[in-house]
Amino acid sequence: MTLNALERERQRRERRTLAALLTPGLLWLILFFALPLVIILVYSFMTNGPRGNIVWQFTLGNYVDLFTRSIYFNAYLRSIWISVLTTVICLVLGYPLALFIVRQPPRWRTVLLFLVLIPFWTNFLVRIYAWQIILANNGLINSALRSLGLPPLTLLNTEGATLLGLVYGELPFMVLPIYAALDRFDFTLMEAAADLGASKRRAFWRVMLPMTMPGVAAGSVLVFIPTIGQFVVSELLGGAKVDYLGNLIQRLFLRSNPPNWPLGSAMAMAMMLVLLALILIYFRTTTEEDR
Amino acid sequence: MSTTNAVELRNVVKRFGDIAAVDHVSLEIRDGEFFSLLGPSGCGKTTTLRMIAGFEYPSSGSIVIHGREMATIPPHRRPVNTVFQSYALFPHLTVAQNVAFGLEMQRRPKDEIAARVREALEQVRLSGFADRRPRQLSGGQQQRVALARALINQPEVLLLDEPLGALDQKLRKELQIELKSLQRRVGITFVFVTHDQEEALTMSDRIAVMSQGKVLQIGSPTEIYERPTCRFVADFIGETNFIAGKVIENGANAATIETPDGLRLRGLTPRPVRVGEPAVLSIRPEKALLLAPGDARAGHAFAIPARVELVSYIGSDTRITVRLNDQRTFDVWEQNTLSTLDRDAYWQPGEPAVLVCPPDNALVLTE
Ligand SMILES: Nc1ncnc2c1ncn2[C@@H]1O[C@H](COP(=O)(O)OP(=O)(O)OP(=O)(O)O)[C@@H](O)[C@H]1O
Ligand SMILES: [Mg+2]
Repeated sequence: MTLNALERERQRRERRTLAALLTPGLLWLILFFALPLVIILVYSFMTNGPRGNIVWQFTLGNYVDLFTRSIYFNAYLRSIWISVLTTVICLVLGYPLALFIVRQPPRWRTVLLFLVLIPFWTNFLVRIYAWQIILANNGLINSALRSLGLPPLTLLNTEGATLLGLVYGELPFMVLPIYAALDRFDFTLMEAAADLGASKRRAFWRVMLPMTMPGVAAGSVLVFIPTIGQFVVSELLGGAKVDYLGNLIQRLFLRSNPPNWPLGSAMAMAMMLVLLALILIYFRTTTEEDR
Repeated sequence: MSTTNAVELRNVVKRFGDIAAVDHVSLEIRDGEFFSLLGPSGCGKTTTLRMIAGFEYPSSGSIVIHGREMATIPPHRRPVNTVFQSYALFPHLTVAQNVAFGLEMQRRPKDEIAARVREALEQVRLSGFADRRPRQLSGGQQQRVALARALINQPEVLLLDEPLGALDQKLRKELQIELKSLQRRVGITFVFVTHDQEEALTMSDRIAVMSQGKVLQIGSPTEIYERPTCRFVADFIGETNFIAGKVIENGANAATIETPDGLRLRGLTPRPVRVGEPAVLSIRPEKALLLAPGDARAGHAFAIPARVELVSYIGSDTRITVRLNDQRTFDVWEQNTLSTLDRDAYWQPGEPAVLVCPPDNALVLTE
């Protein structure tokens, strides 16, 4: 009886502590994450007024526009495509790099990881401007080519430059989670695989890759998410020649005259749909290994 | 008995930086034998085994398996399999998938793999565990999976690196017997690494005792225990009393030493010794005799007066420490062959006694 009362009192206190600890975080999430999301969701079903004001009238028109008008839908597909491409390239470059770093003696590992992180010391925009200087028609590469007597190349303001900038910017986000996964990986397992007759290549596919999949998945999500919404790189390096989802959203909200917040919101929601799918896949592939 | 060697190491050296982990090791491991590498931590056992498996390559010397030089053969093409000390089971695969791994790499047909996996799991009594993950198994069960995973490939040689090291004493004893009988049954050559001398003595056909990268002695368990050829082996295997002195007389296969405090003792010489050379007499505690001063045998040529200092009764044996003089004590173990409660049947501290070291039971060793 008393024991029960004590137990109940203990549980009540625990609940109170838990509530006290969770409240600030929850408030933050509600205020700055859930609320804006709800607003965007609501906007996406509203009608745009003649002067860019929001008319509170329910419509599916924004979504219809998005999926039927090629300018929007192409941007949508293009964004998904370049994000997939960026993610795959980061993976192909990042995995060997992470593996190389993890196999170094501990002292070198720290130095190399540090080098991977060094770009973060400079503002992202500044680094993208630096790429402009490198890629421009009279930039570093073309000057070098010219001094060798070779014809210059058009590098800046191409989709290739956009891809380059994205891969450059996102690579560390791929390397770090894979590094963490490889750091936890027991390399004796590769010897065990070799011992059982697996060549290096087969041991990689059968043992190392499956076991470091959580790192690969985390890295891919970390690269994919910012890439699908980006607009800065395609504007500064791609010359805004083609539209990506991010460029359109930014334009619809800020630049077009009149602005079209409802359509912009619908595009943002469509983007979230892709991310949601991605994150679902992420949880599917990782829960088991992470247990 | 066939005369082919399963594994031969010829003058194998392995250097890491400027330390030689393995230092001019030559071994001939016979086909079908249970061969142990025994030595203290850091003596190069694992390195030797890893070179046979192909994970390391010798700095110089050569390794030959069933007549084939291994210098250019990578681990996945060698006819050997390894049971790792940490088992190294694949955590993302089930027990059955772990065991099937080797056959899959050989691209065997699916139904053959399934049948052989079932058989292998039966052999190690793990049939009900096929679908579990390694982490859902106890240490002993994991050990048996590792064994099944290696043996299913029917290797010419099975390498085992302290496979029982992580298990508790009782399980260890059980698995020692199991492993030994398994080896008899399958007839595969086992190269077994351990730093546990009792384990090596129980299980092996032959043992190589290693120290600091060198092989000091190779022999059967009896040879290693009864006729160690150097001080290190005598000390490392079992218990022994050492009495240091100089060789004063030297026969065909026996020698006499004299200690600074004037004791004279005689023993067999597994290796020739020279008169004047510093040497130790090694005699195991169970091979010395402790006699009452009035005993007829106390007049033995190599009898030494002593006084009982410590007596510990441990059931099967009584372990007695006697004092010979100010600087010297000596251990004697007596088997308790009589079942008696009579106090007089046991030594008491302070009692005078006579210690006899029969020359046939003692060894004179150099180094
Ligand atoms: N990869 C390596 N790099 C440098 N030194 C090494 C390496 N592997 C082993 N050594 C050194 O070689 C020596 C022998 O090591 P080894 O692992 O063979 O010993 P061991 O007899 O198996 O010991 P233990 O009983 O502790 O397992 C040790 O001094 C060890 O520090
Ligand atoms: Mg070892």
